[in-house]
Amino acid sequence: MNYVPDFTIVTDNWIVLLRGLWVTIQIWLPSIIMGLCFGFAIAQARLSERKWLSRSTLVYVELFRDTPVLIQLIWFYYAFPILIGMQLSPFAAAMLGLTLNTSAYASEIFRGGIKSIHRGQMEGAKAIGMTHAQAMRRVILPQVIKRMLPALTNRTIEVAKMSSLASVISVHELMYQGRLLSSTYYRPFEILTAVAFIYFILIYPGTFLAGRLEKYLARSN
Amino acid sequence: MNTQPILEVKGLHKSFADHHVLKGIDFSVKPGERVAIIGGSGSGKSTFLRCLNFMETLSEGEIWVDNERIGVEKNGRITYPEKQLCSVRERLGMVFQQFNLFPHMTVLQNVMEGLITVKGYTKQDAHAVAVRELAKVGLSEKHDAWPGRLSGGQQQRVAIARALSMEPEVLLFDEPTSSLDPELVGEVLRVINQLAEEGRTMLLVTHELGFAYHFATKVIFLADGVFHEVGTPDEVLKNPKKPRTQEFLRRFSEFAF
Ligand SMILES: Nc1ncnc2c1ncn2[C@@H]1O[C@H](COP(=O)(O)OP(=O)(O)OP(=O)(O)O)[C@@H](O)[C@H]1O
Ligand SMILES: [Mg+2]
Repeated sequence: MNYVPDFTIVTDNWIVLLRGLWVTIQIWLPSIIMGLCFGFAIAQARLSERKWLSRSTLVYVELFRDTPVLIQLIWFYYAFPILIGMQLSPFAAAMLGLTLNTSAYASEIFRGGIKSIHRGQMEGAKAIGMTHAQAMRRVILPQVIKRMLPALTNRTIEVAKMSSLASVISVHELMYQGRLLSSTYYRPFEILTAVAFIYFILIYPGTFLAGRLEKYLARSN
Repeated sequence: MNTQPILEVKGLHKSFADHHVLKGIDFSVKPGERVAIIGGSGSGKSTFLRCLNFMETLSEGEIWVDNERIGVEKNGRITYPEKQLCSVRERLGMVFQQFNLFPHMTVLQNVMEGLITVKGYTKQDAHAVAVRELAKVGLSEKHDAWPGRLSGGQQQRVAIARALSMEPEVLLFDEPTSSLDPELVGEVLRVINQLAEEGRTMLLVTHELGFAYHFATKVIFLADGVFHEVGTPDEVLKNPKKPRTQEFLRRFSEFAF
């Protein structure tokens, strides 16, 4: 191999990559946060005793889980505007697609978590005089969150990675900037290595902290 | 002697969908009484106990606690405000077959939880009460243990301490020893006995007929959704009058030695 890597191309353009990183964060964090909130609401609907409500949310969940994310993002950019008769910016389409996709996956995580807590826990709490809200806050949710933490961490990481797909509808995030730079300078090795490294730096601290938190919560097992 | 009942049940009916489980029960408990409820599996013993503290909603009938009717009449319909139910449950402590301890809290935290969240005690006050109640059930060594690490008998004693910490006027036990290994039954029954000696008012659903005989001031045989036979332990367990009760007891003594 006589290729001599030249990473000055990365340091010369770090501001561009940084701008891309900033857009990535701007898609990632809001879509994971809104996706989790929306997902919690959908989980309630899925657990509802009203059949029409639990069935229709099931359809929603399956639609997102059983189609490729790439299609979903492209669909929200090119097809959805036809449906609503209004053009979306690439950023808005990506945000919408990732948020809804996250909500579908997160709702299943929440649903499983809530269902897995035995009915006896609610009764144990009520038997000492707690209100429903107190029982939820003090007894049910702490156990649900503990059980769901690994799955939620995974989801958060998945969304960070998925956000790179937004480059195909030309959202100017990290992956987009990386591809643009590498085709401009014909230096894919240096630039794509740097991009991968930046993703790693972005995601790893979260994985690490979640692992620590999980260990701390598991002390009662 | 105080003859005012602490707890009164009038015309209680309970159905699950079209399954009519309890078919008209009238009953009252006076302070210091200890009632053992026996009956076949699925006869509705748990359902009866659970109706008393509104873990199940009544289909029909009235529950009175300290001469106060539970529920509020509104346009001819009775509703049960959550606040009132919480207060009833605080006064009627319940111990479950499956313990239902909070697995994410230590033993001490389990007992302190109701005091802090429901009674609004400070941490110090709750701690003092919890220490006292855990000593009473013989678990002073286990303050910082997680419930999942304890034996079934120890877990049930924590559950009793948790119920006691709320200073209930009546204790409801739903088969407290049925999910325990035989060698652990004794330690829980001894705690219940000790509570009897203190003169506490208690209702106990049980299959331990021997214990029921020594423990109870009154025994109830539940069958077909009604109190089929009621009397002293001697009357119901030794000299039952009704054929149905005799049959039930015969099946129990079949393998006795
Ligand atoms: N939540 C419920 N929904 C529907 N049916 C129920 C429910 N709870 C109890 N039942 C039914 O009511 C009947 C009485 O049940 P219950 O648990 O009170 O019996 P039990 O006397 O406590 O029996 P065991 O000795 O087995 O504990 C049973 O036929 C049971 O299937
Ligand atoms: Mg039962």
